[in-house]
Amino acid sequence: MNVMDTRATSAMLYLDGVHVSFDGFHAINNLSLTLEPGEMRAIIGPNGAGKTTMMDIITGKTKPDEGTVLFDGVTDLTRLDETRIAELGIGRKFQKPTVFESQTVQDNLLLALNVDHSVRGTLFWRGSKAEAERIDKVLETIRLTEARNRLAGSLSHGQKQWLEIGMLLAQDPKLLLVDEPVAGMTDVETHLTAELLKEINKTHTVMVVEHDMTFVRELGVKVTCLHEGTVLAEGTIDQVSSNERVIEVYLGR
Amino acid sequence: MTPHMLTRSLDRSATIFLAVVAACGILIPLSNLLLPAGSFLQVPTYLVALWGKYVCYAILALSIDLIWGYCGILSLGHGAFFALGGYAMGMYLMRQIGTRGVYGNPILPDFMVFLNWEKLPWYWYGFDMFWFAALMVLVVPGLLAFCFGWLAFRSRVTGVYLSIITQAMTYALLLAFFRNDFGFGGNNGLTDFKDILGFNVQAEGTRAALFALSCLALIIGFLICRAIVSSKLGKVLIAVRDAESRTRFLGYRVESYKLFVFTVSACMAGVAGALYVPQVGIINPSEFAPGNSIEAVIWVAVGGRGTLVGAALGAVVVNYAKTFFTSGVLAPYWLFMLGALFILVTLLLPKGIVGTFNAWWDQSKEKRTPATSVSAAAEDGVTEPKMAE
Repeated sequence: MNVMDTRATSAMLYLDGVHVSFDGFHAINNLSLTLEPGEMRAIIGPNGAGKTTMMDIITGKTKPDEGTVLFDGVTDLTRLDETRIAELGIGRKFQKPTVFESQTVQDNLLLALNVDHSVRGTLFWRGSKAEAERIDKVLETIRLTEARNRLAGSLSHGQKQWLEIGMLLAQDPKLLLVDEPVAGMTDVETHLTAELLKEINKTHTVMVVEHDMTFVRELGVKVTCLHEGTVLAEGTIDQVSSNERVIEVYLGR
Repeated sequence: MTPHMLTRSLDRSATIFLAVVAACGILIPLSNLLLPAGSFLQVPTYLVALWGKYVCYAILALSIDLIWGYCGILSLGHGAFFALGGYAMGMYLMRQIGTRGVYGNPILPDFMVFLNWEKLPWYWYGFDMFWFAALMVLVVPGLLAFCFGWLAFRSRVTGVYLSIITQAMTYALLLAFFRNDFGFGGNNGLTDFKDILGFNVQAEGTRAALFALSCLALIIGFLICRAIVSSKLGKVLIAVRDAESRTRFLGYRVESYKLFVFTVSACMAGVAGALYVPQVGIINPSEFAPGNSIEAVIWVAVGGRGTLVGAALGAVVVNYAKTFFTSGVLAPYWLFMLGALFILVTLLLPKGIVGTFNAWWDQSKEKRTPATSVSAAAEDGVTEPKMAE
């Protein structure tokens, strides 16, 4: 992606002084964070640190009380709704795998493709060869080619997680937000998922929220630790995990 | 509808359904008109009218299944769109009475003369022309659904809250149409119809033709619904039904989809009402009663939501049962039976008649051919044709 070369100076995602409170509870407190184009960032933090709320803000599900959220250096995300933000090129994988259970694996990917999403476009839609090839490619990447005609609801937990990552790939966004991709996965699946994300990162900017330290270590990327809705520490996994305050709040020692 | 949409939309049960409806639509009127009265195979005229009513109900059920079964919008006020279509047709039929009314006024319907009205209200203009009335049958319910849906879906009113406000909508219309000064005949509604397009509405030939037309409308409505649900738009609707916010995060404007399908559904319900009125000979505010809309939802639940064929079947089965049980000693208990039916279906047949049958069919098919079970399930309407068709 040449985005990396031309926009290297401006951040892909820029959060500054963001505040959100729900009924007096400060979920996000003066959060500032920058993600460079082409970067992969791991976000860690104890439960309630505001990781999911941060993703809600970026994708337009939650509106911040104050602060700046800029995408691609120019677009103010706080003014847009979920659909518009998705159209801009921000894809999200949810913490709990959310696939369309009563539809087949390939239909799930078909729905995710970033083609015409208008009512008329879908009503008069005819499959094209290019679309079919893209779906085949994604199926291969997420190792679900054999299961393409199975209902998504009948997949195993790990397969659902992959299908959801596959849906992100089909969506082909500029920025991928991945919330706990390896929750409930076996060690082998976790390893494969790390490989998959690294592969995806070659062409996309990725933000991963994850608890699993082995997994984060395997990704080998810059880590940001959140606590009580603000950035506690930032750096390599070794720097962050040796930080006194991180050990105090997160590792519980 | 393009040809590929038509071919894509026809699976086994759809083809059987269409064949049965077409056969009924042709054979029943023919038997009624051509065979001698009293012959064993002759369908008496009263039955033609009764079954014509069922067919109209089947169209209404289809329209509910389109939004409820495929998009998860539970409208408990769909009877309102049905009644509005009925009123539009009723207004045309009233204007056709002309000087044959009790008061013999060539312009004003009887109830307006009775209320000492001097001239026709503006909203009755044009209803002396059939094409205008036919247009209003689609436009009035469609416009109401569009405005209602635009406000509700944009504000993300969903689930039980939406159901409640649809009930409120039909109840509000019920109260409005009850008022004499609203200009639609008040409590008595519109009745004493004489002609439709120059034919006597009571005549056997007209009734047979209306029955055949109702069957044709059911076929067309069914084909439209099938084309919608088997297009990619149908997949988006199911996605909205199953995981609305996920669909939004994929970049679909969910409210536009809901609005589209809700409006189409309301227009279909309007057509059903318009065909219903000349066959039963009356339209009055009781058609707006909230109970009617709920009953229509029960038909869909009994037949099997999200199957289309099931909705139409459910409407016919439940209404046949209603006719059967309300005409005997069991009459006072019909509502209890309807309630029990709903509870039993919810508990024992949550997929309805057709849904349960389809599940059983797929299962037994899988048993017969265990090796290819996955592809068999895929072919059997569970999924749509392959991408590169």
